Amino acid sequence: MSNFFHKSDLTRQDADKIVSDTLNNCDDGELYLEESKSESILLDDNKIKSSSYSSDLGFGFRAISNEVIAYTYSNEISKDSLKNSSENLKSTLKSIKGTYNHEIPKSNKKFYEEINPIEQKTLNSKLEVLNKVNDFLRKKDGSVKQVTASFAGEQKSIEIIRSGGEALTDVRPLIRFNVSVMLEKNGRKETGVYGIGGRQSYDEYLKNDNWKNVCEEAFRIASINLESKPAPAGEMKVVLGPGWPAILIHEAIGHGLEGDFNRKKTSAFHNLMGEKVASEGVTIVDDGTIDNRRGSLTIDDEGTPTERTVLIENGILKNFMQDRHNARLMNTRSTGSGRRENYRHIVLPRMRNTMMLSGDQTQDEMIKSVDKGIFAVSFGGGQVDITSGKFVFNCTEAYEINNGKIGSPIKGATLIGDGPSILKEVSMVGNDMMLDPGIGTCGKAGQGVPVGVAQPSILINKMTVGGTKL
Amino acid sequence: MVKDQEFLKSKASYCLDLAKKMGATDASVKVGHSISETVNFRNKSLEASDRSDGLALSIETYLGKRRSSISSSNLLDENIKTLIEKCFETTKITPEDEFNSLPDKNLLAKQISSLNLYDETRFENDKKIKYLKDLEEVASSDNQIINTESSFTENKSNFILANSDGFCDGYKTSSFTTSCVTVAKDENSMERDYEFSSKRHLSDIKQASDLGNKAAKQTIRKLSPNKIGSEKINIIFDKRISKGMLSVFASAISASAIARGTSFLKNKIDQQVFANSINVIDKPDIIKGMGSQNFDTEGVNSNTLQLIENGILKNYLVDTYNGKKLNLLSNGRSGGTTNLYFENGKLSYEDLLKKNSKSLYITETIGHGSNLVTGDYSVGATGFLVEDGEFKYPVNEITIAGNFKDMFKNITLANDLELEYAVNSPTMMIEGMTVAGK
Repeated sequence: MSNFFHKSDLTRQDADKIVSDTLNNCDDGELYLEESKSESILLDDNKIKSSSYSSDLGFGFRAISNEVIAYTYSNEISKDSLKNSSENLKSTLKSIKGTYNHEIPKSNKKFYEEINPIEQKTLNSKLEVLNKVNDFLRKKDGSVKQVTASFAGEQKSIEIIRSGGEALTDVRPLIRFNVSVMLEKNGRKETGVYGIGGRQSYDEYLKNDNWKNVCEEAFRIASINLESKPAPAGEMKVVLGPGWPAILIHEAIGHGLEGDFNRKKTSAFHNLMGEKVASEGVTIVDDGTIDNRRGSLTIDDEGTPTERTVLIENGILKNFMQDRHNARLMNTRSTGSGRRENYRHIVLPRMRNTMMLSGDQTQDEMIKSVDKGIFAVSFGGGQVDITSGKFVFNCTEAYEINNGKIGSPIKGATLIGDGPSILKEVSMVGNDMMLDPGIGTCGKAGQGVPVGVAQPSILINKMTVGGTKL
Repeated sequence: MVKDQEFLKSKASYCLDLAKKMGATDASVKVGHSISETVNFRNKSLEASDRSDGLALSIETYLGKRRSSISSSNLLDENIKTLIEKCFETTKITPEDEFNSLPDKNLLAKQISSLNLYDETRFENDKKIKYLKDLEEVASSDNQIINTESSFTENKSNFILANSDGFCDGYKTSSFTTSCVTVAKDENSMERDYEFSSKRHLSDIKQASDLGNKAAKQTIRKLSPNKIGSEKINIIFDKRISKGMLSVFASAISASAIARGTSFLKNKIDQQVFANSINVIDKPDIIKGMGSQNFDTEGVNSNTLQLIENGILKNYLVDTYNGKKLNLLSNGRSGGTTNLYFENGKLSYEDLLKKNSKSLYITETIGHGSNLVTGDYSVGATGFLVEDGEFKYPVNEITIAGNFKDMFKNITLANDLELEYAVNSPTMMIEGMTVAGK
């Protein structure tokens, strides 16, 4: 745990006093202190291209009254700096008075260990694995022309000080291991990328040659893409594989169920609470409480313990995801979804691990039921326009389906759909729910936060596939 | 106030001295300070204010051909010392890379001319509030507009870049950015659109009322869209989308993508990659330019580059490391392009719209559908159907797809270029792309 007050002329008592002074006449707010240490080691083009280390320390001070949020940050933790921030907040909110809400739920549960993954393993042991990855892939097949592999590790310590002196702390580890391989055959080049990660130590990927599985998967995807044909263009049936393709749920549904867009009535879902928004059998939850997952949090960035929030139950819209600010203005409670990238940013309601739960059908049944369509196994990034509800995502591994059988692989194509109606087009839900491998970063308002997704195989009756073959 | 050169220089030389003392053969350091203040408005009232004050330090240490780097926001001498020690320890065990080195001394920038990139005017928050009030008043005047959100950000920055070969320079920059997002609703749909303005000097920022008016108009015209069928069609890219084609092109000719072999434009120097009417320029010394610079992120002097001449690829964007790999000298493009633009085409905007009896005019794309290895392109899109030069109706929930290798060769440009941002393009037409809809 970081001690933010040693080596500073600011004592905890000073901080408590300034925080209480500033927030007394506000509805909510807190001082958020953060120290993070991160490393990234990159192998590329047969060499260790970079090894870098970064340490970051700072505070964000927030005061909220009515609908107005005042925020300042600085990376100088000192008495002067905090006092300046306090003056700045007071001047923004000078004419608006509030009543501070001291209530914040408590929990003793922790969903990851307070470790520092960077220090647990020597730099040499990480360099060694990256070199092994490079040798393994280049020896595997003559078509391998480029290999990129990286480790990224982080430890973030936070402390939240609320008016009245209440303090909440968390220590969050996060790692990521990524392999990208480019193959060239008959003048054609294709890439395959695979990665894994979570809130844990590097151990699992360094022992027992587990890194080999990551290499094999990246190589497999690239090999399939070497054989790919132009994708079809037009509306058709789409079968999505389990796991990572759930970024469809994240983009199409998840963002539209975040509290801020619904309070502002700019989400296509804002007037649909309690209504049927998905086919029967479709249940979606956003869960911050799964052990060691990338999107899990013991407490959110406002200090609220996270939870498993049911968003859609058997097709009916049940809850939005809330931070304290939007919850207060919508007369509901925070779901522990208040997150920020770091101390430089304000809190927003965000997703954690967004999951569609299993049904009882098989992937085989889905494929067999499709005359003409595509089977999408893996995706790159996605994006959504919250207001119109339109969302896209890009296939990185997909196949044609003809007459109930999987056909040729197809080139990366964008799929586009309509968020509010897409879940009504889900006609089969598989029994094979799978978590993603731990690689997702969600962007919103310029802030990236780690998230997870999960889903079983699903059949969507109608989506537009953005290929070039008419 | 943003920290002055003297303060940043003293930190930079402290770092370089320390690294040398510990045994580093070379070192480079960048120290920067940035202050920004933002005011956010929503539906004509104050929603948030945000003040940020950030120091940043990054150091690279070399031991012969070994190199590693650290960065931090904590500039206390004691912390810097700990970090440089850690950095140098890491350097010692990082494998050698023959291409690692500081930039060639004779390529470093020598004379720095003023590009007028800093405006010291303070635009107090009360004035920002007044600007946003005026803006939203106009933006919300049509009753189909149901939500307005706008913001004004003022930023002042200063930096020093120094290395152990004696380079030590930096300068202040400022930016003023305002944006407005409006939501419109009718019985069939809800749509969002935006307008923004970003300048080095406050006096160049667009009028609040013009900005609000434009955002509202652009949003309202998107209401009640249709989906169109799947077909081959001529696509016209609005300026705010066509400049994205240049960004893709810039990524594909970065020395790093070329050296790694992961670009569809590898080995294309002196070959035709665009239609022969196309010229692309990267000009670092535009006065008040949003992408202007006196030198690149390594201190290397940067001159104007003609990247495409009559459709032919003339230059890559070269930094020191990848340049050594490719046996090319750095052309001061570590950190990418500066002020990048297509030269004007011959047709007027109106004539471009009329050139075909039917075309699809794209105002927004979503998704990350550009593959730089293969050149494949597929994104979600929003726009309008244009017939005989007239906007007929809004279109959405479609995708457009093609391959950059073909698309670049089929570009026709209008003559409506404005050098507003770091990347600029006239309105663009590409014939024969595929749209997927119904």
